[in-house]
Amino acid sequence: MDPQSLTIDATRAAIQERRTKATALAEDFYQRIENQDPLIGSYLTLTRERALAKAEEIDALAARGEKLPPLGGVPVAIKDVLVTRGVRTTAGSKILGNYVPPYDCTTVARMETAGAVVLGKLNCDEFAMGSSNENSAWRPVRNPRDMSRVPGGSSGGSAAAVAANMAVATLGSDTGGSIRQPASFCGVVGLMPTYGRVSRYGLIAFASSLDRIGPLAKTVTDAALVLRAIAGRDPMDSTSVDVPVPDYVAELEKPVRGLKLGVPKEYFGEGLDDEVRKAVEAAIQKLSKLGCEIVPISLLHTKYAIPAYYIVATAEASSNLARFDGVRYGFRASDAHSLSEMYRRTRDQGFGAEVKRRIMLGTYALSAGYYDAYYLKAQKVRTLLAQDFAAAFNQVDAIVTPTAPTAAFKLGEKVDDPLAMYLADIFTVTANLAGIPGISVPCGETKKKLPIGLQILGKHFDEGTILRVGNAVEQN
Amino acid sequence: MKISEKDVAYVADLAHLELTAEERVRFLRDLNSILDYVDRLNELDTSEVQPMAHVTPSGEDAATLREDILEGLRKSLPHPVALANAPDADGTFFRVPKVIER
Repeated sequence: MDPQSLTIDATRAAIQERRTKATALAEDFYQRIENQDPLIGSYLTLTRERALAKAEEIDALAARGEKLPPLGGVPVAIKDVLVTRGVRTTAGSKILGNYVPPYDCTTVARMETAGAVVLGKLNCDEFAMGSSNENSAWRPVRNPRDMSRVPGGSSGGSAAAVAANMAVATLGSDTGGSIRQPASFCGVVGLMPTYGRVSRYGLIAFASSLDRIGPLAKTVTDAALVLRAIAGRDPMDSTSVDVPVPDYVAELEKPVRGLKLGVPKEYFGEGLDDEVRKAVEAAIQKLSKLGCEIVPISLLHTKYAIPAYYIVATAEASSNLARFDGVRYGFRASDAHSLSEMYRRTRDQGFGAEVKRRIMLGTYALSAGYYDAYYLKAQKVRTLLAQDFAAAFNQVDAIVTPTAPTAAFKLGEKVDDPLAMYLADIFTVTANLAGIPGISVPCGETKKKLPIGLQILGKHFDEGTILRVGNAVEQN
Repeated sequence: MKISEKDVAYVADLAHLELTAEERVRFLRDLNSILDYVDRLNELDTSEVQPMAHVTPSGEDAATLREDILEGLRKSLPHPVALANAPDADGTFFRVPKVIER
């Protein structure tokens, strides 16, 4: 079977109709991983036993002629920031190099309940901090579309695995663009749900007021199917909200005619690559032809999003990462003579450079005398950004922008300039700060055949509309 | 320069990081450059703006409150499971290097 044609529904149907077996399909995927992944680097850990056990369960259902669950037999993989019972979970960090969690995160449990076959754990930037996947403590990931380029980050492994057909769909996490930007760089679909839509129980926390979990997939329909499987209130995560989960697939089949789409001028200014601009404008033109009303809007405080983001995100990270101290789990430095020396050396040897840089920045921003100037100020600017969106959504149903200012850049290109790397997230951090959902869908290529992504932002809990717009772009 | 070498040392101390001499030089440069960029937030008058306190829109928050549950939502981990990932444990407790010097 041609792996590129394996969407979720096609995979499930092939197993249901017994044209193939879930076990055989899982083996196919492992074979492809064995062949391709030494070069690409998307997997950190394979979970063959667990995958085959689930696949056998699905094959047994199909053999008895029972209806398969929505993700029945579908080979998927999981970003390594999501904990998996009995399976090493590192968050891309040396400090968790030998960590074997005693429980499953809710999203993986829900994927498996829906019948998904988990092939393994995916590479990412350390603690999801990065925009290129070069901050992984283990190895960088290469972009399957051009091996000299980055896949984006931090969910680089999640995007590359889908792009290279080493999983039908994957889960990633998005704190400032970490699902949408790699999806854009690798030419796949990436969806960041609303804050509170999907349980984060078992997500290794980076910045708790920003972190989301969402799918990366080949098609918008597949992203909708995965979202339906993982969305909804979870008593184990008090930030997950009890808002009904609609049938997202039915939502995206509704026509887009008559939808009002805002185009914010601040997302088309200086720094936007010309080829990206043209592709995004062409996609907007297409949506207009399909009957959407295109409305020029302004999101006035956009240029303050990156500075506000890097204060809020690092402050929260400095607090969340305080738990890694070499006492209860993970790596411990062996050469310490006192407790305090043990903490310092463990963290020094266990964390990579970018993680330390962010802990330093966040600790500084929260330290006595600076809290008002940095953290409080950033949280106020965040209110302004959220108000920009609220005002815009009084006028329009969704907002369309580029996902990233450029297509995938070269490995090594930005590693020595943290600020330049942070600016790769300039169009994505706004949605994290405001709590709204966003999706990236492929909308063309550069002359060098590098994928370009269109970002669609929606109202709180209105994933249905952005999936619908994304589907229209994909189908036309 | 917003941050001095002394600040870097002080913050590293707060964050329980030791940092090599090289890292200190590097972070001094990086943090100053990032904080210079962050300075553009001061172009905005936020004296009348409330800091964001909830990410979920108001009205949805109430849904996340629940009654206290005596037993907890999940049983505590069994002792051996809780200790299984510890770098050093004696079967009952996590072990750490000595805390009190004498």
